Amino acid sequence: MPEPEYSPTEIMTVAAARKLQNGTVCFVGIGLPSAAANLARTTHAPEIVLIYESGTIGAKPDVLPLSIGDGELAETADTVVSVPEIFRYWLQGGRVDVGFLGAAQIDKFGNINTTVIGGTYDAPRTRLPGAGGAPEIATAAKEVAIILRHSKRAFVEKLDFVTSSGYFSKSTGNGNSRVRGRGPTTVISDLGIIVSDPATNELVLTALHPGVTVEQVKAATGWALKVAPRLEVTPKPTSAELGALRDLHARTAAAHGSAASSE
Amino acid sequence: MAVLTSLREAVANLVHDGATVALEGFTHLIPFAAGHEVIRQRRRNLSLIRMTPDLIYDQMIGMSCASRLVFSWGGNPGVGSLHRFRDAIQTGWPLPLEIEEHSHADMAARYQAGASGLPFAVMRGYVGSDLPKFNKKIQSITCPFTGEVLAATPALNPDVTVIHAQKADRKGNVLIYGIIGVQKEAALAAKKVIVTVEEIVDSLNAPVNACVLPAWVVSCICHVPGGAHPSYAHGYYKRDNAFCKGWDGISRERDTFLAWMNRHVLSTPDFAEYRRSIEFDSKVSSHA
Repeated sequence: MPEPEYSPTEIMTVAAARKLQNGTVCFVGIGLPSAAANLARTTHAPEIVLIYESGTIGAKPDVLPLSIGDGELAETADTVVSVPEIFRYWLQGGRVDVGFLGAAQIDKFGNINTTVIGGTYDAPRTRLPGAGGAPEIATAAKEVAIILRHSKRAFVEKLDFVTSSGYFSKSTGNGNSRVRGRGPTTVISDLGIIVSDPATNELVLTALHPGVTVEQVKAATGWALKVAPRLEVTPKPTSAELGALRDLHARTAAAHGSAASSE
Repeated sequence: MAVLTSLREAVANLVHDGATVALEGFTHLIPFAAGHEVIRQRRRNLSLIRMTPDLIYDQMIGMSCASRLVFSWGGNPGVGSLHRFRDAIQTGWPLPLEIEEHSHADMAARYQAGASGLPFAVMRGYVGSDLPKFNKKIQSITCPFTGEVLAATPALNPDVTVIHAQKADRKGNVLIYGIIGVQKEAALAAKKVIVTVEEIVDSLNAPVNACVLPAWVVSCICHVPGGAHPSYAHGYYKRDNAFCKGWDGISRERDTFLAWMNRHVLSTPDFAEYRRSIEFDSKVSSHA
């Protein structure tokens, strides 16, 4: 049987889904994290608990939500609680295993920016949507996975703004690090997988997607990216994984019409 | 005690120039009709509060209603940027917009503090974030029992909170269900509360633990069917994703935005006429 063809976004989503284990309690951001988390739920992790910040706990959407509070999430959830409750009892209360986030920019310590790009805070070149739930998800979840496409504009030496913290460099340590989870342990991109080194907290390239070279990843990273001595190659998406992902997107497009996001 | 009024009267009587106003809804039950009425009555210098300012805040900002915005995430969900929000912050058009920016957990906690009669909210938040450097309202407090340093921010107490709900009964008790967001807290934190509803019914038939706002905490009930469009009302209608996507094109340029707002909002007397006006245009364009 010929091996199925797949896109960079598809292998990124599949690789991210594989990181989520069955039974994990996952606080999900909208877009790429939601696609990956629902792929995990419909393949190898049927008992994963998906929490969206709109207050839906145990959501099992048949189609991907376009917004964080789509009716589909409420209708398929085990329970729907208020927004204050979701952040206080469930996230701050320490009940979330994995926070799954996207970002506009990331640095080598997994700090992320979703606030402003360029200019100053008061007069930014590009104003982004802002923090949402991320600052507290990034620190209160037991660990954090981040999914975003590789480019020099996204993987930067210095963030224009730290919206949500990853690990702190020693010079800026804020003395509060005991009250948090393990931080951003894994970054999944369309080129490979980057994992934080427990000794230095710096993100290190540990896996390449099939056909991608180290040079390609380095060229798309704005800092001098460290590379693990033994580099793995991500197993190609299986027909079952690709089928489940494409079905999910097809159902989503049919449900949302032309407004459906490809993510 | 809740009185049944038209939305026009409710906004005229309760939303004044310079007021602090929260129109809440967490991607569900967003009070679009009420936002349009604020625009029609040309309110100015409002301090607008909202966890997730979206299209209706884009419209109020672009129509010069606001001088200040307190928020935690500003975007067009599933579509992208809010162009009027960005234009106001990046270039000061049509007016400079002062922003006060928080996280979701914090905004929710601030409404809770406001509803609880407390002066401030406390939470484990903003660890390592730059936000406290740019927002002086984000301070810290040391726990007297454990010594832990926690984030502290002032309570939110809007002059007026506006929400949309599914039902009210004839006495003015309000039932809200589905994703209930922060509406209860925002309502109880406010000095005055306007609720637009899909239906007015003889009995709410609410389950015992349902989210019900008793009539005596509500100022005005306004019957506005469809008043959350293009967002959705659980049990009544779905989100109009095509409209949300179309808004990106309408709002991208200042002149197309102003022309659209003039044609559909300022030139219509109420939300029902507005809906007829946008439906007429979409029929014309689909036959073009």
